[in-house]
Amino acid sequence: MAAPVPSLGEPFHRPLTHLEVKLEANRCLYCYDAPCMNACPTHIDVASFIAKIAAGNLTGSAHVIMDANPMGASCARVCPTDQLCEGACVYKKDGAPIRIGDLQRYAVDAAMRDGTRLFEAGAPTGHTVAIVGGGPAGLSAARDLRRMGHAVTIFEAREMLGGLNTYGIVPFRLPIETALWEAEQVVELGAEVRANVRVGRDVAMDALLAEYDAIVLACGMGGVPHLGIPGEELAGVWDALEFIERVKLGRDIGALGSRIAVIGAGNTAIDALTCSRRIARQAGAGGGEARVTMYYRRGERQMSAYGFEYDFAKQEGIEFRFFCAPTRIVGEGGHVRAIEFVRTRLDTSEGGEVAVPVSGTEFVEPIDTVVRAIGQSRLVETFDRLGIAHDGGVVRVDENLQTTRPGVYAAGDCIFAKGTREAMVVEAAEQGKCAARSIDTYLRRGA
Amino acid sequence: MADLRSNLAGIASPNPFWLASAPPTNSGYQVMRAFEAGWGGVVWKTLGTPIVNVTSRFAGMNYKQNKMVAMNNIELITDRPLDENLSEIAKCKRAFPDRAIVASLMEVCERDAWRELVKRVQEIDIDGFELNFGCPHGMSERGMGAAVGQHPDLIARVTEWVVEASRVPVVVKLTPNVTDIRFPARAAARGGAHAVSMINTINSIMGVDVDTWNPIPHVDGKSSHGGYCGPAVKPIALNMVNDCARDPEVGIPISGIGGVETWQDVVEFLLLGASNVQVCTAVMHHGFRIVEELADGLNRYLDARGIQSVAEIVGGSANRITTWNNLNLNYKIVAHIDQAACIHCNKCYIACEDAAHQCIDRVRQPGGSTNLVVDEGHCVGCNLCSMVCPVDECIEMVRVDNGRPAQSWKERAAAMGGVG
Repeated sequence: MAAPVPSLGEPFHRPLTHLEVKLEANRCLYCYDAPCMNACPTHIDVASFIAKIAAGNLTGSAHVIMDANPMGASCARVCPTDQLCEGACVYKKDGAPIRIGDLQRYAVDAAMRDGTRLFEAGAPTGHTVAIVGGGPAGLSAARDLRRMGHAVTIFEAREMLGGLNTYGIVPFRLPIETALWEAEQVVELGAEVRANVRVGRDVAMDALLAEYDAIVLACGMGGVPHLGIPGEELAGVWDALEFIERVKLGRDIGALGSRIAVIGAGNTAIDALTCSRRIARQAGAGGGEARVTMYYRRGERQMSAYGFEYDFAKQEGIEFRFFCAPTRIVGEGGHVRAIEFVRTRLDTSEGGEVAVPVSGTEFVEPIDTVVRAIGQSRLVETFDRLGIAHDGGVVRVDENLQTTRPGVYAAGDCIFAKGTREAMVVEAAEQGKCAARSIDTYLRRGA
Repeated sequence: MADLRSNLAGIASPNPFWLASAPPTNSGYQVMRAFEAGWGGVVWKTLGTPIVNVTSRFAGMNYKQNKMVAMNNIELITDRPLDENLSEIAKCKRAFPDRAIVASLMEVCERDAWRELVKRVQEIDIDGFELNFGCPHGMSERGMGAAVGQHPDLIARVTEWVVEASRVPVVVKLTPNVTDIRFPARAAARGGAHAVSMINTINSIMGVDVDTWNPIPHVDGKSSHGGYCGPAVKPIALNMVNDCARDPEVGIPISGIGGVETWQDVVEFLLLGASNVQVCTAVMHHGFRIVEELADGLNRYLDARGIQSVAEIVGGSANRITTWNNLNLNYKIVAHIDQAACIHCNKCYIACEDAAHQCIDRVRQPGGSTNLVVDEGHCVGCNLCSMVCPVDECIEMVRVDNGRPAQSWKERAAAMGGVG
């Protein structure tokens, strides 16, 4: 286990007070076939769990939530609810949707606090399933497979379960305890965990294929790709996920300096921005304020971060520079000192919104720390080695989430393809559930 | 500005808003505050032989986040000496001579006891008496309050004793804990009462604490039934007021009591036959200040309709209440759902589907959304969908002309040859 983890100040979003919960839960209309439920990828029966909160049945409420969504605690904190349940709330039109995410958090937090055991394992079926990756998708599949009575072994490359929930989201948005509690719910159902074991390195995929009746690939994606510009090897250049991980685990990240640049405009970029700003503020107490700036090659409209994340970053004092792309990182004594950028413009001639550099517009910004947050790389080689069909690293699956190898299913970010699926925790959870259902059918059919 | 003055059987007040005999009229201090706030009259908390009260005394009934949609109490009549009460009443009357102060009285069923009480209270300037034949707990076990109000003969007898001795109008306050309110009301009229007031509180047990299994409220782990009042009892009160207003054998003015909180409540009581109203729970919930809005709202309502005085609307709807067999069987309404206003909560759908007549369909639209559409051929016009709809005026009940002349069950039965 990690050392005590710094929370880095006020949570992104405070929990509701008891009075707020009472008022809010009682405001819910208890819609029939509620649009919020239909807008949730895991189809949590929102009206039911809120009615249970209103009736003082918090354990029952947490059961409804976690039954539909094994990642219900983290989703209550990180879901873009304004685009999902709350966006579909019948009160949305009048500008006052029910605060579903906050109510969900209240109910699940109560279960977390009380240590209530919500689920039991199913009667043993004699079947065995290997889960490759203990993140949201893998844990969700494991949870449901255990409830169905299948023996489950989770192969996790890292020390702890939870995947990006544990390692990749800043603590003031998703505390590590929350991610680990969700994992613990699965472990308590009797899932075996083989931590620090990377499939393909420490154990061969073929061995898994031989030993288990079915496999769930839930290995997510790789690290943040390189920018492909000179100077990336310099000290002070970070992969955003590694950066956030070290922060979350309370490990040393050294001095960040007073000028921090984050390249990219997704949710991980926002996390890197806000947490480096908070770290710099803590470190620089008494000294000057650090300037933390996001540099993005396209405009505000093209940002992939959620609106509420962007708003949060603005409140945290982040600066934003749009339409500029880094061309080289300038070092001094092996450490970052500056970045040269070039201005860009949007080329829409091909129907897309491609940033193209405008030559002669180069400018240099003095920078002490660079964090690259331009998405995640694909595990192309891994899937090639497994002999599984994929499209540029996106595992190909059928409607039952089965890969091109019978008995091998895939869920979560490894099947996330832009435009078709969303890279959200809640989607990963739903896919984990679906994979479990498919495997159950597959195994019972006579594997 | 309409004329809000009211007169209940000779007891005049500048407006029809009185405070009922209850905790808010327990002391001179409170009544002074009430008059300063603008209340037209008060019925002083019941005078009689002082008693001892218990703790606790009240309990509220909540609906979701709405507190005190009703309450009940096990408090008794005044627990202070008669002299003290009388000197405070006199002081209040001197300070506010235009307001009505009515003394609520309760005594054992003995002529001399009642005459003595009336005589003593009349020694000060008082505008009327209200006989408490309604208190449902404690006093009734001692042969007073509702114990009298449930026996028409006793009501008539005691009323006679008081009227005989009284120099001012006598109001008889009735308990709703009877099968038919008209019988005690008629008895009061027979006994010479100048008016009746209703309803006193309803026998009730507020609830049980599911953790401790103690009743609510409880006194050292036990309770007795209490008196139920507040907004939730209004429909019961309206029915009883109207029953008496339409009954020729009652024939005396009515002071309406039961769940009055807004000016609309007041208008409803007046339309169904009350000459004024008495308020308690709303003041216990919000304080005396609510009278400002009662007066303002009523005033604006009357002005907007060009009505000169409160008295003009008394009984305005009284005779629109009749027996079921006089209702027009050929009157037909159906639900109309305003698709633009609909927020798609589907509450109307599930209410109709599970609890009414299965005549709202969820019709898939080309865009993928679903519209709620009423099957007018099967809609029975029950109102349920419009009741559960959270959006005002989204579901309207619209009259359908079926070309048939009005016909009541009575007429239909007669036409069919006396069947029914």
